[in-house]
Formats: sequence, structure tokens, C-alpha cells
Amino acid sequence: MIEFKNIVKRFGDKLVLDNVSHKMEAGKTNLIIGTSGSGKTVMQKCLVGLIEPDSGDIIYDGVSFTHMSEDERKLLRQQIGMLFQGSALFDSMTVEDNIKFPLDMFTKDKQQVKLKRVNEVLERVNLVGSNKKFPSEISGGMKKRVGIARAIVLNPKFLFCDEPNSGLDPQTSMLIDKLISDITKEFNMTTIINTHDMNSVMEIGDNIIYLKDGKKEWSGNSKEIIFSENKNLNQFIFASEFLQDAKEMRMIESRKG
Amino acid sequence: MNFFSHIGRYLMMLKGMFGKPENSKLYWKEFIHQCAEIGIGSLGIVCIISFFMGAVSAVQAAYQIVNPLISKVIIAQIVRDTVILEFAPTLICIVLAGVIGSKIASELGNMRVSEQIDALEIMGINSKNYLIMPKIGAAIVMIPMLVIIAMFLGILGGRITVAASGVIPTDVYDKGLMEYFKPYNVFFAMMKAYTFAFIISSVPAYFGYYVNGGSLEIGRSSTKSVVVSCVLILLADYILAALLL
Repeated sequence: MIEFKNIVKRFGDKLVLDNVSHKMEAGKTNLIIGTSGSGKTVMQKCLVGLIEPDSGDIIYDGVSFTHMSEDERKLLRQQIGMLFQGSALFDSMTVEDNIKFPLDMFTKDKQQVKLKRVNEVLERVNLVGSNKKFPSEISGGMKKRVGIARAIVLNPKFLFCDEPNSGLDPQTSMLIDKLISDITKEFNMTTIINTHDMNSVMEIGDNIIYLKDGKKEWSGNSKEIIFSENKNLNQFIFASEFLQDAKEMRMIESRKG
Repeated sequence: MNFFSHIGRYLMMLKGMFGKPENSKLYWKEFIHQCAEIGIGSLGIVCIISFFMGAVSAVQAAYQIVNPLISKVIIAQIVRDTVILEFAPTLICIVLAGVIGSKIASELGNMRVSEQIDALEIMGINSKNYLIMPKIGAAIVMIPMLVIIAMFLGILGGRITVAASGVIPTDVYDKGLMEYFKPYNVFFAMMKAYTFAFIISSVPAYFGYYVNGGSLEIGRSSTKSVVVSCVLILLADYILAALLL
């Protein structure tokens, strides 16, 4: 579980995160949603320590991340996996080497054991046989899956995903969402996803917070979001007429149910 | 950012570079990879430049010595001393600042922009230690070797040229090379090579590591790193000459 309390971050005069607090639960897909520039990425970077918040506390399983030394953070980070928006694969390495890299760096296992683990995670993300391909030779969706494979190869307790569906077609997006959701439940990870993809919100949003101009405006789950009275959230989620109709359909179905 | 902020951040980068490697084997592998990239990768251009540098020095020295009272042997000494003292360490390092410096800056800049450096940090790896340290280490090992090769090839270039043009016979040239030779000059040249190697690798690493933006900024920082490296090489060249000669 990750808890953050009263996170404040400014860049110069601009207040990017304004007193944000929330609990991200283990075994659930926790979503941070909001328009572009609402502070989602800064929030996630604060949580993993790539950006230091000006004030507030971040707590990983009861231990304060904010007050940890650099060495303690390094140790904790071995339990963190992260999928970046652009996948951030090392382009000079093959798919296999990319996934094997954390194993090479942090384990003393034999090559055979490492390769077995690489093939296991490749199978988990449906990329069997792609070992020797380079990132430049695979599609965007495959890159995301390799990114997920690399993020989970050390069996992390915490998984961070920054816009995992950006630039993907709806079908591939759904596959990625399902994969992240399944892995989260299978390994009881605390998964935090930044997204503004409405399909993700509806399909895998176990615990959602909505940021607007750096402030937490709303929190709940994918069922509660339909009935939300928050005007800003409704404008953001159900921006088009099509989505408005979908919302009404869902509300009718829920009431019937 | 002002000048002092850059200096401060550069020094912080150098400080952050030191630390216990997470896995010495991988760091060693990266160091060897960088040695090959910097040493073998630049060998061709170093050979071509140094050979012609010596050749041109010989021809120009011969052209300027018109007084029959001055022995032609001095041509060999001019080539030897200019190549050892200035051409091999300074000129070659300025060329290497372009070749190696732009490569280091653009490689690290690309890794920064595509979040690969963030990915390393998230994994719990000291990215400065893993990415910058092997580059600086490899440059400090390989560049002085390239400078030594440049010295030999420069002097050889002069020898072949004087022989081909018939200015002086090769035995006279060889005799000239050995007269009044000061081994201290080689020591001085090596001091310059080590200093320049550090500049060539650390300055572009700084500009690449802290790139902010997209591909345009990578290009800009690459160019800036080469310009700053060249200026610093010339400045260090003057300071070393003033202190050591």
C-alpha cells in the first residue's frame, strides 16, 4: 500500500500539486486521472522519487519514503517497477537483454535461470519468440508489453504506469489494461496508473483519484464515477455526446441491476 | 541558468558519479564497451589526421628553411617537437572533442529525453555512476593511447614526406629526430592528454545528461558541448604550458 499525505509541489511560481492526499491499495489498480497539465505525471514522479515534493509525506507499506536515505531508497526501488509513457526501452539492447537487465544488475543467478525468468515474463505478456528483436523492430503495443515485462521481472510490490495506452489503438489498449489488471491481482501489487483513457477508467478503475489544477477533486471507483455529481469530473469523463449516452445507459443498467 | 549554476551542477554530477556499483561485472562490461567505442571508434580519424599533420609540418618546415647556414636536420626536430608538444595532444584532442564529445552528449541526451535515464533510476541504479563513470574512465585510458599513436604517425608522416620529396635523406631525418630530444616533452604531452581526455568526456556528459526538451535540444546541447570542450581544451593548454614549461 502507498499512502501520500499533503503533497505540495511548485515549479517557480506555479503550484503544480496542491495538498494532495490519498491511499493507494494493494491488489487494486489505482488510477490517477485528469486533463493534460493537471499534475498526474508530477504526482507519479514524486511518488517514485524522481521529483522531490516541497512538502508532504509518502509512505510505502508504513515506511516513510520522504525521510529515507538515498541508499534506503535504492533498496526500495528494487521493489518498484515502472512502465513509462514511451516505454523507455534501452534501444541498444534486444528485448531479451532489456528484460534481463534488472536481473543482471541485482541477482547473482546463473544465465540459464535468468533466461528462464525472461521467457516466463515474455509468455505472461504474450511475446513469446520476440527475444532477439530490437526495440526499433517492434510495434508500439509490443514495446509497452516489453516495458511491462521488464517492470515485473523482479516481482515488484509496486507498479507504476504512466499513460500505458497513449498512442495505442483501442484493441491493444484493452489488452494492455487487462494485462496490468491481471498482473496486479495475480501478484497482489500496488499498481498506480496515470491515464486519461476512458476505457481504462471504466474497465480497471478499482480506486480512482481525479486531479484538477493540482488538487484532488474527487475519488472513488469505476462504478461510483458514473453517479458522480462533480461538474468538472463529468465534463472531463463524459466530454462527448457519445460518452454522455454511454453514461446514461450505464446508469439505467445499474438502477435495473 | 547562470555560469555558476552550471559549474555547481557539473561538480555535483562528478560527485554523484562515485558510488559502489550495483554489479561490478556489468560496470566493467560497460567500461570495456566504452573503451572500444572511444579507442577503436576514433582510431581511423586519428591515424589520418596525425599522418598528414606530420607530413605538412615537414613540407612547411623545409619550405621556410632557406638559409644555407641552417642544417636541414632541423626539419626533423621541428616536426618532432611540434607533433609531440602541440599537434598530437592538442589538435587530436580538439578533433576528438568533436567525434567523441558529440557522441557522448547525443547518446546521453537521447537517453534522458526517452526516459531511459529515469528508468535506470527507478530500478535503483545510480545512473551517473553507470552511464558517466565508464565513459570518463574509458576516455582517460584510451585518449592518451591515441595521442601516443598520433605522435608516432605524425613523425612517420614527416619522414615519408621528406623522403618522397627528396628534401633530406631518411638517415639525416632519423639523426635529426634523436638530437636534442627531451623526454620531458613526452611527459608534458601526456599530462595534456590526460587533462584533455577528462574535459572531452565529462563536459559532453554534463550537457547530455541534463538535456531538457526534445530532439532539437539534443542537437543544441551536442553542439554546445563540443564548443565548450574546445574552449576549455585551449584554456587548459595555455595553463599547462605556463605551469609546466
